[in-house]
Amino acid sequence: MFYNVINPLIHLGLLVAMPPLLPGVINKTKAFVAGRKGPPLLQPYFDIYKLLRKDMVISSATTWIFQAAPVVTLAATLLAGLLVPFGPFAAPIHFTGDLILFVYLFGLARFFTTSAALDTGSSFEGMGAAREVTFACLSEAAVLLGLLVLVRLSGSFSLTPMLLAPLAHPPEAPVLLAAAGLFIVLLSENCRIPVDDPNTHLELTMIHEVMVLDHSGPLLGLINYGSAMKLFVLSALVLHLLVPFHIGMPVADWVLFLVEMIAMAGVIGMVESFMARLQMRHVPTLLAAASLLCGFGFVLMVR
Amino acid sequence: MEMSLTLLALALIAISGVPGLMARRRDSWGQSIATILTVSGSVMGLVGGFVALVTGRVSMARLPGIWPGLPLHLRMDSLTAFFTVLIFLMAAAGSVYGHGYWRQAKHPTTGRKLRFLYGLLIASMVVVTLAYDALAFLLAWEIMALTSYFLIATEDHKPECRQAAWVYFVATHIGTLALFAMFALLHDASGTFLLLPIPVAAGLGIETAIFLLALIGFGLKAGIMPLHFWLPGAHANAPSHISALLSGVLIKIGIYGLLRILTLLPNPPAVWGVLILMLGTANALLGVMFALGQHDIKRLLAYHSIENIGIILMGLGLALIGLAAHRPVWVVLGIAGCLLHVWNHGLFKSLLFFSAGSVVHATDTRDIDSFGGLAKRMPWSAGLFMIGAIAICGLPPLNGFISELLVYLGLIRPAANVAAGGWAAVALGAGALTVVGALAVACFVKVFGAVFLGVGRTDVTAKAHESPMSMIGPMTVLAGVCALIGIAPIVVVLPLGHAAAAWTGDAAVPRRLAAALHWETLTIISTSFAAALVILMFAVRATRRHAMVPRVPTWACGYARPSSRMQYTAASFAQLLVGLLRWVLCPVTHGKEPWQLFAPSVQRHTDVPDFITDRVGFKAWNQFKRWLMPVRRVQQGSVQEYLLYMLLALFLLLGSLIPIESIFMHVMGR
Repeated sequence: MFYNVINPLIHLGLLVAMPPLLPGVINKTKAFVAGRKGPPLLQPYFDIYKLLRKDMVISSATTWIFQAAPVVTLAATLLAGLLVPFGPFAAPIHFTGDLILFVYLFGLARFFTTSAALDTGSSFEGMGAAREVTFACLSEAAVLLGLLVLVRLSGSFSLTPMLLAPLAHPPEAPVLLAAAGLFIVLLSENCRIPVDDPNTHLELTMIHEVMVLDHSGPLLGLINYGSAMKLFVLSALVLHLLVPFHIGMPVADWVLFLVEMIAMAGVIGMVESFMARLQMRHVPTLLAAASLLCGFGFVLMVR
Repeated sequence: MEMSLTLLALALIAISGVPGLMARRRDSWGQSIATILTVSGSVMGLVGGFVALVTGRVSMARLPGIWPGLPLHLRMDSLTAFFTVLIFLMAAAGSVYGHGYWRQAKHPTTGRKLRFLYGLLIASMVVVTLAYDALAFLLAWEIMALTSYFLIATEDHKPECRQAAWVYFVATHIGTLALFAMFALLHDASGTFLLLPIPVAAGLGIETAIFLLALIGFGLKAGIMPLHFWLPGAHANAPSHISALLSGVLIKIGIYGLLRILTLLPNPPAVWGVLILMLGTANALLGVMFALGQHDIKRLLAYHSIENIGIILMGLGLALIGLAAHRPVWVVLGIAGCLLHVWNHGLFKSLLFFSAGSVVHATDTRDIDSFGGLAKRMPWSAGLFMIGAIAICGLPPLNGFISELLVYLGLIRPAANVAAGGWAAVALGAGALTVVGALAVACFVKVFGAVFLGVGRTDVTAKAHESPMSMIGPMTVLAGVCALIGIAPIVVVLPLGHAAAAWTGDAAVPRRLAAALHWETLTIISTSFAAALVILMFAVRATRRHAMVPRVPTWACGYARPSSRMQYTAASFAQLLVGLLRWVLCPVTHGKEPWQLFAPSVQRHTDVPDFITDRVGFKAWNQFKRWLMPVRRVQQGSVQEYLLYMLLALFLLLGSLIPIESIFMHVMGR
């Protein structure tokens, strides 16, 4: 009973407070591999705090969409985060069909992010928006097909029972395929290497960073926070497929979840350190491969 | 009561345009009378429809027909009421909108005829849904086809309007032919012209023939690919409130016909469901892909109608599969998704056509790439278009999400059930639906961004103005209903349950529908999410007002003089996707590529022609015309010849009355 009240609160607390830690860990890992000291672990928190206190400059071409977009995106991501169970604990919100809501909330966020990019009337941001909507067609299909594998395994239509259903040891081929596909989506949706490089500001090769070129001050802070939260939510989802182990003691399980999330960020950092960014024209192929992996995983189970 | 209310409403709307016919060209009182009659009729019709939907009652009526001894039978059940509610709501919205959009003073020659035909079209659509015998059905169907033909040809001084109307005329009559054959077969099987279920003993062969004929006849009206060829042209060239009616309501009458005929065929085999599901998937995917390549805002919306008809068909196909596989939950989710999407698409597509019409009204062009930055001059139209766009993409928290959620849940349900065996493959349809959703987002971001956001691209945007209240009002109402169904989906459970029960003929359906989804949870989440969004947006507005935010030109990477021509256009926005999909869309590029170092100015543009209309249709049509050339000899256009033909026909008819046989016998006997 006690945990029924406290677990959703911990869930919400982690969802709100922890996301900026992940980019910190990723940057630290990359710096470590490169032999640098790197920025402090908590640098993303400092950045967001700094941005929230700054003034902003807004393009004269824009309308209210430009300012509403970061807020809507953050709200949609937050709601999506409340649908995914963290560790072995049920998500605060779960109902039949919440997996569709989960996928479509990111669609809503994308509608506003890309509209805001077009609102500036800049060709760079238009370019980024065009890439974002194009690649999303492939990655959204991959997410749904990956979730279908879990629907098949668990026999339920809600993320909590789907992700908490016991998986076989060693994991079956469909789960491994879906996990690989979803990991690729995780990298692309969060603009990590090999799809996008969050470090460069070379507009012609970027997707996400180029869409927010004209946002500044608090709006940029909200955008950075929102994208860290998206990374957090998708990582928490993929973790269920990669490491489906639980201890069984609530406190230990929460600690395990934290460790797993940090390790996940470390893995992403390693991927970024050892891979080069793909050419933009090869990205659709990679994402199509992710969809095919998930789709093949599902087809394997249909006999 | 609901039947008499509906009939009264029907009569009021049918005659709404008649008084105006006697008005002088410049007088606008005819228009006001038509609007008042239509709106009051619609209110009555809505009340009648909702009473029928909420109670689930069935009522019948017999009207004296056009011929003694041939009465017209009408019947109103929840399925009918589900469609009449949509028709009446759109009739009222379109009529008020037309008051501002097609003012008599501005369109003295076409206004009166348009309103007269508008009333007749609405009335005939209602009669189609009420019809309980083949005669009433075909009679109303034909009036509907003719009035909509004249409405598409409203601006008949423009050749492209005449052509679009002509293509529609041909299409609808091919469909009517199929329906005549279908009703003949139905009569053969059931022994009556009433729309009664045919006996199982009739056999699968005749059932399949009826089904296929219905699919062709109603598919032509609903715009099921590849029978959609009339649709983009007609939607683009009709006046916008007529486009809204065509797209929002008329093509749904095709879906109604298909649903109604399916209730008459017992035990549909699974293969029909598979066929409809595959047709629906193909429609949804191809519709949205072709929409991406369009440059004409109304043509683009027309292709989205094809996409949404596809989603509706996916629900129907799933329901048919469920019937064959004896899975009542699939049936309920499929048919509920299908029906709710009929309502939803009617609502948001009309909203989108109204707001597109508002833009066309303000700028006199439909070319997406000549707009830009209109949100500043037309904030209401922009905001309402955005609501329509979010709804049509199926995004939460608006109504499109609810119906797509039902279809999704229905499609993935077979996957969860290991006992369902190979039916799990149906779930791949859900994968396709995700791609459709993502492509729809791409397409509507393209339109919304290119039309309303950024900076104006041409002079037409500089003189744009916000539309009058008579146009904004109906749009706001439609947006409000979209939001209501989206944030409080619990309100549709009862009407939807009764309509779905009327289709399946299973009294347990409303209960199953209520149990299929956590409607209360969904309502609470949607409402709080929507409230949070609204509060946050107002908070952003409030903070912006207080702070002095400096406004500077968009940053162009150091370039000092950015101009509106440097913006990403709609075509360049879609180019990446059109390129990826070129194996489907086959885009055609006109003009040379600039290749020299100091290139002279060149013009280049890319089109995505329709694969039926432009690539096959006109060629086939011309070939057909060549074959029929000899027949032209008998039709020269001279009145004398026609009189001769009539005389000959009369002689022949009279000649057939001569009892040749008995005369012959008489002579032989002698």
